[in-house]
Amino acid sequence: MAFTLYSLIQTAILCINAIAVLHEERFLSKFGFGVEQGVGGFGDDPGVKAQVLTLIRSVRTVMRVPLIIVNSASIVLLLLFG
Amino acid sequence: MDYTPTQKPNMRLRNSSADGLEGSQLFEDTSGAAHGLQTGNQQAGPQAAGFTGQSMLSDPMSNLALAYGSSLASQGREMVDKNLDRFIPISKMKYYFAVDTVYVGKKLGLLVFPYMHKNWEVSYQQDTPVAPRFDVNAPDLYIPAMGFITYVLVAGLALGTQNRFSPELLGVQASSAFVWLVMEVLAVLLSLYLVTANTDLTTIDLLAFSGYKYVGMIIGVVAGLLFGRPAYYLSLLWCCAAIFVFMIRTLRLKLLSDAAAEGRLVRGTRNQLRMYLTMSIAAAQPIFMYWLTYHLIR
Repeated sequence: MAFTLYSLIQTAILCINAIAVLHEERFLSKFGFGVEQGVGGFGDDPGVKAQVLTLIRSVRTVMRVPLIIVNSASIVLLLLFG
Repeated sequence: MDYTPTQKPNMRLRNSSADGLEGSQLFEDTSGAAHGLQTGNQQAGPQAAGFTGQSMLSDPMSNLALAYGSSLASQGREMVDKNLDRFIPISKMKYYFAVDTVYVGKKLGLLVFPYMHKNWEVSYQQDTPVAPRFDVNAPDLYIPAMGFITYVLVAGLALGTQNRFSPELLGVQASSAFVWLVMEVLAVLLSLYLVTANTDLTTIDLLAFSGYKYVGMIIGVVAGLLFGRPAYYLSLLWCCAAIFVFMIRTLRLKLLSDAAAEGRLVRGTRNQLRMYLTMSIAAAQPIFMYWLTYHLIR
């Protein structure tokens, strides 16, 4: 399997895009990840579900602007250089 | 006289580099032989430089430019050092390379035969872990780094014996192994986050633990090259089992709670999850070891 560093960067961008486009109302609430079921567990064991929810929310908040920049840059580069 | 034009730039360069040596200490003072060469050339220098007056006039300017350039370079180097320390913690990395021969020998023996070792705890010294030089159980980055490089070279050797070698393949092997390593470390980090394991395992620790499997891979490939496929499978099996036991015994102390680490059965989903996590990290090592080496032995 000939992986290069470039394919790693591609994979990372695609995965972060995938996490960032998960819509709360339309999709996540069907799995019980919705807005109302917030992080109720303030004990010492939030559980896997709450951690996944926190992860998705934080990726969406933190990476929104950098993703816009990186995606536009990659679109331009792919258009120019194929 | 076509010698002098080619000599003159060399003379000017040597003169200015002599000034640079005394001025900014930007370059290391190499040896007396270099000085002898330079003084000999400096004697020939004024002779060649006297041919045109332009070189004499431009020398102060070039000195000024050189001084300015060297001060810029040292400023730039300070800035790079300061900023590099923010991204790659160099001081922390130095801890992982503080090894000596005895430690490396004992650790390699432990990686191949971990069954007799009794005490797997990392000893601390007032809250900071002791340097690897003093404790066999401490993780280091020297063995993984050397193992990675040796793996790439051995892979090139194995491909060469099958007439499948070309210099680009070395780079391909290196980058693909590196990518797998990075993905494994990221997967472990993600699963540690999801299971909310409060450990003191840093990213570099995980990198070190994931890099220990290169030792087993090298042993397997070398055995396969020397003695054929059965030897490859046998030695790989042995090293896989050894790495499995090594990882479980090392990670058990770091990931699980104290009670579970001592072997008592502790109920509760949290400990179960952590146990599964330890098992899967340890089981991923043999899989990677086989995956990264099977195409080298035909």
